[in-house]
Amino acid sequence: MSTELESPADRLSVHVREEIDAWVRQYPPGRQQSALLGALHAVQHENGYLTVTLMDAVADYLELPRISVYEVASFYSMFETEPVGRHSISVCTNLSCMLRGGDEVVAHLQHKLGIALGETTADGRIYLKREEECLAACAGAPMMMVDHRYYENLTLEAVDRIVDGLE
Amino acid sequence: MSDEVRIEVDGVSLPARKGQMVIEVTDEAGIYVPRFCYHKKLTVAANCRMCLVEVERAPKALPACATPVADGMKVFTRSERAVAAQKAVMEFLLINHPLDCPICDQGGECELQDLALGFGGDVSQYTERKRIVQDENLGPLISTDMTRCIHCTRCVRFGTEIAGIRELGATGRGENMEIGTYVGETLVSELAGNVIDLCPVGALTARPSRYTARPWELMAQEAVSPHDPVGSNLYVHTRGGKAMRVVPRENEAVNETWIADRDRFSYRGAYAESRLPRPMVRDAAGQWRETDWEAALQQAVAGLQALEPSRLGMLASPASTLEELYLFRRLAEGLGCTNLDHRLAQGDFRDQAQAPVMPGLGMAPAAVEQLGAVLVIGSDLRGEVPLLHLRLRKAVQAGAVVSAINARDYDYRFPLATDLRSADPAASLAAVAQAVGEISGKPVPRPLQAAVQGVSVEQAHIAIARSLLDAGSALVLLGNQIQHRRDGALVRALADFVATATGAVCGRLEVGGNSAGAWLAGVLPHRAPGGQAQTPAGLDARRMLTQPQDGYVLLNVEPELDSTLGAEALEPLAQAFVVCLTPFVSERMRQYADVLLPIGTFLETSGTYVGLAGQWQSQAGAARPLGEARPGWKVLRVLGNLLSLPGFDWSASDAVATELRQRLGAVGPVEPAAPQVLERDPPEGGLQRLASLPLYAVDSLVRRAAPLQATVQAQEARAAWVGPAEAERLGVTAGGRIELRTEHGRAELPVHVHASLAAGCIALAGGIPETADLGAWDRPVQVRVLAAEAPDLAETVE
Repeated sequence: MSTELESPADRLSVHVREEIDAWVRQYPPGRQQSALLGALHAVQHENGYLTVTLMDAVADYLELPRISVYEVASFYSMFETEPVGRHSISVCTNLSCMLRGGDEVVAHLQHKLGIALGETTADGRIYLKREEECLAACAGAPMMMVDHRYYENLTLEAVDRIVDGLE
Repeated sequence: MSDEVRIEVDGVSLPARKGQMVIEVTDEAGIYVPRFCYHKKLTVAANCRMCLVEVERAPKALPACATPVADGMKVFTRSERAVAAQKAVMEFLLINHPLDCPICDQGGECELQDLALGFGGDVSQYTERKRIVQDENLGPLISTDMTRCIHCTRCVRFGTEIAGIRELGATGRGENMEIGTYVGETLVSELAGNVIDLCPVGALTARPSRYTARPWELMAQEAVSPHDPVGSNLYVHTRGGKAMRVVPRENEAVNETWIADRDRFSYRGAYAESRLPRPMVRDAAGQWRETDWEAALQQAVAGLQALEPSRLGMLASPASTLEELYLFRRLAEGLGCTNLDHRLAQGDFRDQAQAPVMPGLGMAPAAVEQLGAVLVIGSDLRGEVPLLHLRLRKAVQAGAVVSAINARDYDYRFPLATDLRSADPAASLAAVAQAVGEISGKPVPRPLQAAVQGVSVEQAHIAIARSLLDAGSALVLLGNQIQHRRDGALVRALADFVATATGAVCGRLEVGGNSAGAWLAGVLPHRAPGGQAQTPAGLDARRMLTQPQDGYVLLNVEPELDSTLGAEALEPLAQAFVVCLTPFVSERMRQYADVLLPIGTFLETSGTYVGLAGQWQSQAGAARPLGEARPGWKVLRVLGNLLSLPGFDWSASDAVATELRQRLGAVGPVEPAAPQVLERDPPEGGLQRLASLPLYAVDSLVRRAAPLQATVQAQEARAAWVGPAEAERLGVTAGGRIELRTEHGRAELPVHVHASLAAGCIALAGGIPETADLGAWDRPVQVRVLAAEAPDLAETVE
């Protein structure tokens, strides 16, 4: 029941609201649901992960049922609904990368960072994403994605260099 | 060009219409295609894949629910390829489904069980572990076993498409996909129980009846819901004469395939502790004792015979059957008593001579879907008539312009063209009437001139007037709250004018599933059966209880809850000789009554209900009356005989209805009396109480249905609702507690702040014990704050 006096949409920052507005303008009126992915990206970028409160805020701002935001946020692996580290690393282990040593990259990272897939280092610096399917970079296998940047033709030395360079 | 095509299914040529899906054609022809996600009332999802059939020249099997017909199409539902596809899908669906059928409530009526037997293989290749899904608490009405869910999404689509409340969804994906609310919230739809029927497996089952019966032990008995005038068709499932659960009985013209939760779970009230199993009398010493029927009836008859008939008041519940109501009328006629009424929930009787023969919609419920414009005045539609709200929702989806004049936002699940917030509906409607008069050139009739004098016509009023005038077909609908109001007569007169001048139909909603039946049967002080005026008129329901009588006969009435007088209604009863025909006994009843005669609930009696469109719907009586209770009509018949009244010898309830029908047939056309002058009476200063019977307080049975009383809606009704401005003025926030006082009594309630409530108003439900002592609903209320804020969470956790 919509009996709340203060709209959770007020909890979105001005910047996020502007970004959502820009996405909404891309689609015909009444089709603001299409802006949902963009909106969630904007919120996650600012907060690091999506809380129920923030998802509710997005739902109210876009005038969508709250559950439809939860559905999208929980469906796509690029959205985090739990707190995670500052940097998110996804290693591809799908066919091409598997053949070219993706699994070794995973094992190396786990050993190096002392965490399992799906965990964050104690200093909150690095988060190893649980499972990433093909990221469409087979030509550069093995590959990993760090905060939306692709690193291809990986060697274990290259992995060390990249990870050590993260703040 | 004709829309007719022909397709061939399993070698049989069948007619079809363009745009139909294959499954619709096979269903019409009685050729069964297995399915889970397809439901004729929901959109096509095609996600379960169970309805795969072979279509000639298609490279692979196609889902019958999502394959449109084409002329000359050849479909095979049982071919080798079709069967192989169905078998494979079934094996797939069973991968994660637990084999816990022996402890599953759905066992025996489970679509998955049936289809696994009919269409599945014997052996599965699957050897891996099955997944487990955490259950969610969806509230007191629905049990969840989400591990059993096969993701058909019928429940999700029901919420989105039918109820208009999207609470359930599919979160996660692939192996991790789950149906739920994600945040673990209780479903608050008044129609949520329908997902129990829609769920093809045992993931969503009825919580109140869980683990109490097996489907094959149950007998399905037809019944009609008495809780609202829609008269939803029901099956009462009984075992050994006891109602074990209630499910919908499909009737496209009335309730389609749905019922409200109130219809589904009210049966639990019939087995409440406060049920009266045996007749009771108060002896000479004032002590209550159980007795046999004969002694109790004798005591009732002796008491009634000793009374002057003009000093007797007779009140009946509008949820009674037509037969009970007519016999009640006959009893009054026999006794020579004209103080007879069923309108306990009515606040204004000035216009009773002008009223139509019976209240109702003035059209079939299904016709509402085709309306062009509707104006709703003073109605919590979802609480009063949940299934009519669905019809209105469909009308809006089809393009109808719906407006409302309400004291608060009742959260209709459709957008309103004009949403006029007004605690004074007479003033708002007067402005609409004035606008209609100006635009249409039809002057406001003389008796209403005073009422429209000086109203300021604003843009919203003009918009409403135009929407009604411009529509090809329109409805002006008066809700229960207009019935309760002290100025109801004026609102009704204004609505009549607005409807007449715009060519709209004026519909009236009244409390009770059979108030139309009560009007027809003449359970009124001023009219005979069929609507002919009766002079001199007796006392109406309110006067009967404000002008003390020597005796009362109450038919399934709890005056302190049913009457707009609240507990004030009990004052005259204390001194009088009171006979109660009642399924229940309450502490208050013990204080005022002298004879208690136990009657059956709607589950336990045969009878007829007159619905919104005036249609008569009969039922045979589903369950055995509890203890020594007897159907009300039989008790009334025996009372009539013991009082030596002539013509009280019916052997079956249909004979009672037949007699009434004959009597109605003999009544000529009824001319309602000419309108009278009505003036607007601006509300007094101070806090104005908005009172109505909430969703789960409409009658004695619903009030005792524990699962319904445990819902969020019932809990919210037991609070004082104020707007933000009023809350600030009082210095109280949501969850705080206030004491309410009237000249009659006091109450203590938690505070609920609702943004849409106007300042100067406080919404306090009637029909609940918490507010009964405040007395008449229209008394000014004084407020004292007991606790400004909600108590600390730590203290409330039990």
